[in-house]
Amino acid sequence: MEIALSVNGRDVVRDVEPQELLLDFLRDTLALTGAKRSCDVQVCGACTVLVDGLPVSSCCFLAADATGTEVTTIEGLAERPEFSRIEEIFTRHASLQCGFCTPGMLLTVSALLDSGELESEEQIKHNLAGNLCRCTGYRGILEAVAELAAAE
Amino acid sequence: MTTTIREASTQTQIGRSYPRRDAREKLRGAAQFVGDLLLPRMLHGKVLRSPIAHGRIVSIDTSAAEKVPGVVCVLTGTDLRDIDPYYGHAIKDRPIVAIDKVRFHGEQVAAVAAETPAAAAAAVEAIVVEYEELPVLATVEDAVAEGAPLVTDRETKPGLFHGLGELAPRDGNVCYRYRIDRGELEAVFARADIVVEGEYTFPSVYQYAMETHTVIAQLEGDEITLWATCQHPFLVRAEIADLFGVPVANVRVHVPYLGGGFGSKSYTKMEPLTVALARKAGQPVRIQNRVAESMVTTRRHNMTCRMRTAATADGRLLARDVECLFDTGAYADNGPRVVATAGDAAPGPYRWAAYRVDAACVYTNLAPAGSYRAFGATHLQWIGEAQVDEVARRAGLDPLEVRRQNLLTPGEEVRSGAKPLDAELVGDVEKVAAAVGWGEERGPLVGRGVSVGLLAAGAHPVSSAVCRLEADGRVVVLVGTTEMGQGPRTAFAQIAAEEIGVEPDQVTVRGADTRFTPYDRSTGASRSTTIAGLAVQRAAADIRAQLEGIAGTAEIGPGEHLALMRKHFGFAGGELIGRGEVAPVGTGSYAEGPVFWEVCVGAAEVEVDPETGFVKVRRTATAADVGRAINPQLVERQDEGATLQGIGNALFEEMVYEDGLLLNDTLLDYRVPSFEDLPSEMTCVIVENGDGPGPYSAKGCGEGALAAVPSAIVNALADAGVPMSELPLTPERVWRRIQELKKEGKWKQ
Repeated sequence: MEIALSVNGRDVVRDVEPQELLLDFLRDTLALTGAKRSCDVQVCGACTVLVDGLPVSSCCFLAADATGTEVTTIEGLAERPEFSRIEEIFTRHASLQCGFCTPGMLLTVSALLDSGELESEEQIKHNLAGNLCRCTGYRGILEAVAELAAAE
Repeated sequence: MTTTIREASTQTQIGRSYPRRDAREKLRGAAQFVGDLLLPRMLHGKVLRSPIAHGRIVSIDTSAAEKVPGVVCVLTGTDLRDIDPYYGHAIKDRPIVAIDKVRFHGEQVAAVAAETPAAAAAAVEAIVVEYEELPVLATVEDAVAEGAPLVTDRETKPGLFHGLGELAPRDGNVCYRYRIDRGELEAVFARADIVVEGEYTFPSVYQYAMETHTVIAQLEGDEITLWATCQHPFLVRAEIADLFGVPVANVRVHVPYLGGGFGSKSYTKMEPLTVALARKAGQPVRIQNRVAESMVTTRRHNMTCRMRTAATADGRLLARDVECLFDTGAYADNGPRVVATAGDAAPGPYRWAAYRVDAACVYTNLAPAGSYRAFGATHLQWIGEAQVDEVARRAGLDPLEVRRQNLLTPGEEVRSGAKPLDAELVGDVEKVAAAVGWGEERGPLVGRGVSVGLLAAGAHPVSSAVCRLEADGRVVVLVGTTEMGQGPRTAFAQIAAEEIGVEPDQVTVRGADTRFTPYDRSTGASRSTTIAGLAVQRAAADIRAQLEGIAGTAEIGPGEHLALMRKHFGFAGGELIGRGEVAPVGTGSYAEGPVFWEVCVGAAEVEVDPETGFVKVRRTATAADVGRAINPQLVERQDEGATLQGIGNALFEEMVYEDGLLLNDTLLDYRVPSFEDLPSEMTCVIVENGDGPGPYSAKGCGEGALAAVPSAIVNALADAGVPMSELPLTPERVWRRIQELKKEGKWKQ
């Protein structure tokens, strides 16, 4: 079946299988490999992308359901002017280690910054609990997100 | 080769929290992992895994699978008759795919290579296997019982890298045994005023590197090329060469970024099967595990332990007796090393009149168990330290005071024939205790605990590195260390920059390509900064010495490098090549092993809810006793990551097996720590006593916190009134223990 959508601001029209996952479509068809496959059950958040500005787990989202939407991946987020501030602050706090969870984490953070849902430390911990990181122990991410939110 | 270390005061790059060199790539999603790579004509591999824990394979019918459109081939054990298909770096006990028998739930039975993942999955479904079920050895107790059936009847054949001296033959289902017996144990116990004893259980744990095991294999003639999620590319290279009968140099292993390792990607994992499948297909093949598959590829050993500790009435530790059974599953993997390291950790860093350790590595019908960060120490430290705290309670002493009295001091013997203690443990434990408010007033349901241990670190001290000073003044470091998040590419850039006299952003450190990168034993055992880092330092110092030779003076500014190279080569090309090596000879500290004792010191403050049994970790502190911190921020981040893994290990992580079947093989059912498990306070105390054998007196870190934190949590919970002898400390277990304590009249509330 044919789907038409916007990916990182560019129009995309492609044939997909009805059961094809958005994650596979992005990685295999569009070669956007920033979204990562890990848990396959919407727990870890490594495959997070934005669909119409909201974070979704692309491992549990059909490519067909993305037709007519605007999808943003880390590759698209990295092109935005506001990304340089995220990049500077995450780098300064060493808020990443292996980097496998990082793209999904940044997409969730970016969406929640926009909606003002990262105001307090408790809110950050609660609202980012859907993005796992096995390396950092979260504190560096917490520090970076708190600084980003404070400057919003 | 000599290295001149400049005075710390003149160092500009060391002790500096230089930003990660890989941050930009990783933040932008541009960092490439094995699963992001595509090769021309690459096929997708999929593995058929055993649905039962133990059985004889009566027949495998692949005919329907081979007819699935897009399928190129199906591999079974019969395809491996031209080679000896058994591998294992410690013991060669594991077939590439099951031959005649399956020995654990999830074992590789067959594999399909197809043009699409969907075709591969459909073909796996179409393979028909008939099994005759056999009795399942689901626990270590079953496996060591009199008359227990054997998991394997093969004779013990040592692997290439067991590193354990003479390997004794298998004894029933015991594939390895580590024993220490020092002093007159029973006589000392007989005269002790205090004897603490107990039986303890440690769970099976999944490392959960977020990137699952992934391998691409390509064969051309007798050349085998791999892109693999491996921590030890040079050991994988040797095992693949050995298995498939090609020269070591014909095996090329590429390691891009790793999405976490924590030991789960140490040694050889999915590489042999991927090579065998690509060999049959005649095309490149990728196998990418799902989480459920990585969980049964390797895991942390579950264990049972009996321990007793003897002390005088005034809290002087006298003797310790330890017996433990480690469940290594159906194949040894790194079990023997895990057990030996556990045996070294078991007595703890105290002055004993006598101690005895008997640690066995036991085959069962569970998935193979191997390395996970701080193995051995994590298994035993929480038990030994719980007994030290119990001695303190019975002697009426502060646990900190008992440790001050009994801990080893620098230079004292840790184990006979091993490197003497190279750390200030009393200072370390006092620092972490202070960080969690030791001695401050607290509520009735709040407890505090400390923990001290040592972990034999460094593995085998063989590493080499090459530095290339290019004609544009930039430096490339070739070193085999795997970047899996711990930050060696940044630390090595700082070290090379310091020696050569450039900025770290002028230094590029890439991943291993064993065709060009010089030999490095492995990435693990907290060895990279210490050993590979020393090789990098020596290679960079070699460049510096060459520049000074060209200049005829040691006074060279960074702006003069290009002019000196032009003078030397006579044109705008050429490069200076520096060589650095570390080998277990020459520098006395490497003679006896371990390379260093990694310090495992932590403290915790917890609060227990007696109505639900829920344990909240309020504060943690860990000591990163690193000799010298090359990059203090990265040191802190290592300890923080290990702390969260320790909280998971202590409170809820457990692979649940029933009759040998793994019940919780998804992250829905196997929970790992999330943001919400972050303690309110998490302190990492960096201790720099200049006592490490690495560059600038550094020594490794990053594992010790994982051994110390669960132990400190257990001690803190006992301090709050709930002594526990089984991990994880789930609310149900803690609640049941509180009910028992109430019945016994021991609950203080």
